[in-house]
Amino acid sequence: MQRSRRWFLRASAFWSSAAIACRGRSGAPPAEPRSIGAPISAYGARSRFEKAARFVNRNTKAPLEEAASQTPLHDTFGIITPSSLHFERHHSGVPEIDPAAHRLTIHGLVDRPLVLTVDELKRLPSISRIHFLECSGNSSSEWRGGSSGSDVQRIHGLTSCGEWTGVSAALLLRECGVHADAAWVLAEGADAGKHDRSIPMQKMMDDALVVYGQNGEPLRPEQGYPLRLLLPGWEGNANVKWLRRLKVTDQAAMTREETSKYTDLMPDGTARQFTFVMEPKSVITQPSGGDRLPVAGVYEVTGIAWSGRGAIARVEITTDGGATWAAADLQTPVLPRAHTRFRWLWKWDGRNAVIASRCTDETGYTQPPLGELIARRGTNSFYHNNGIQAWRVAPDGTITNGNRA
Amino acid sequence: MAIARSGFTICVAIAALVLACRATLSASPERSGSPQSPTFGVGRAPTAAELRAIDIDVAPDGRGLPSGRGTAAAGKDVYARRCETCHGPTGREGPQDVLVGGLGSLSTPNPQKTVGSYWPYATTLWDYIRRAMPFDHPGTLTTDEIYAATAYVLFMNGIVGEHDEVNQQTLPLVTMPNRSGFVADPRPDIPVKRKP
Repeated sequence: MQRSRRWFLRASAFWSSAAIACRGRSGAPPAEPRSIGAPISAYGARSRFEKAARFVNRNTKAPLEEAASQTPLHDTFGIITPSSLHFERHHSGVPEIDPAAHRLTIHGLVDRPLVLTVDELKRLPSISRIHFLECSGNSSSEWRGGSSGSDVQRIHGLTSCGEWTGVSAALLLRECGVHADAAWVLAEGADAGKHDRSIPMQKMMDDALVVYGQNGEPLRPEQGYPLRLLLPGWEGNANVKWLRRLKVTDQAAMTREETSKYTDLMPDGTARQFTFVMEPKSVITQPSGGDRLPVAGVYEVTGIAWSGRGAIARVEITTDGGATWAAADLQTPVLPRAHTRFRWLWKWDGRNAVIASRCTDETGYTQPPLGELIARRGTNSFYHNNGIQAWRVAPDGTITNGNRA
Repeated sequence: MAIARSGFTICVAIAALVLACRATLSASPERSGSPQSPTFGVGRAPTAAELRAIDIDVAPDGRGLPSGRGTAAAGKDVYARRCETCHGPTGREGPQDVLVGGLGSLSTPNPQKTVGSYWPYATTLWDYIRRAMPFDHPGTLTTDEIYAATAYVLFMNGIVGEHDEVNQQTLPLVTMPNRSGFVADPRPDIPVKRKP
């Protein structure tokens, strides 16, 4: 038996090296390889033919530790963003944290302050939910007209969606015994800059999660490993990563992030503060800016819709710049505060067209034209652009950003 | 063959026992200093020293500020050594966030959001310098250096005098120019119901 096993190993080693030698000579394998394939492996990787990647803008004055990378929405399917392609926004780099040494401390206006290990959190009743996470600065380029050459990744790639697993924040707070005068919880990360945001107690006791899992495995370091706060439907910045501390207080801490940043400046010079909810939004991801339709004919128009206020009820498509709208099909599951995939068949006649999607959520809110937001908020509010994205289709099939009038 | 296999099983059982004991032993120091949580029996109370080390936030009313002091005069040197590379000689040049100027610009087409024109609380400046600055070496300024750097940035914005002492009593009393510039979230702020 042992002998036959050794024979098999020798034989497979021979075939593997033969396969490698063949590949080395020819560069590309035949369409249907006849030789034996690669052996099993401990941790999978995608095919070497796939190149979709986060967009990293290296042409900025800000260091890459204080920057954002964007999800290739055009090249993802369904509603789940692969963890490796989930957008990033860091304020002082990605820390390397040993989960065995990491602690979550809950203190402040509580009867029983607690220090919890990651393993202890994993022993508590777990919850898994699919939710989008969107940076409030997503799509901010469009307030001032955007660039006709831009694409869906660079305009809207600061939204991603995943399955998050963790513990109810309300459960943790109840274990600590929250005082009656508690109104806010300061959430703080263990990154170099100790990123922190004040979260209203009502949200913490509603659906907030302290999560350790993302898409079936531990959080990626760039998503907060080993622990992050998840506030379903609320702006990404408040979903504090590398979570080390929850301090129960009677007032907002007025941190730098919730005063000088992440506030929305209005034309009269006042600024809106604690604008947490990400409002209903949708975008066509295919076909979209940078694509070229080869011939007139039938195309599937597809994209994603999401709302921080609940589930998507309806998505409509226009191909005439908003004059008429037709209902798209929603791909199930349609989940609250999650990306929802929509599809619609379009017969393109080969002429000029302006295509766009608009969504309506279960509260009845319909995504507005960007122009209406600008009329109300001006062009300096930077955050929370949930306006309709238009794509301009030229007779030669090229597609460009159609947000400029 | 059968004997060998049961020997293997015994080895696995012993290894599991050793691991279980080790887990219990390593967990026990954490468990001392109860109370544990009432329903699930997890967690322990933080020690006073542990809380002091991480309870770093400073509230607008000054809670959380440590004793210490600084003036803009003293802060000029701290700024030149630790801040100027990113924020410029007078706080207006960058290349990173502009700290000075912009008063009266918020309602114009090109608003400048600086500490002087935009930040509503002086305590936030102190908190953020201690928390996150300098960008590449956060946590390396002394308490008095933080007070002095805070005083200097406020002085460059004309908010405190060059020799005004900034400390845990005076800092919360500083009124920032844009203190009343923030409003609550009114969204939805446009008509949102449309016919399909």
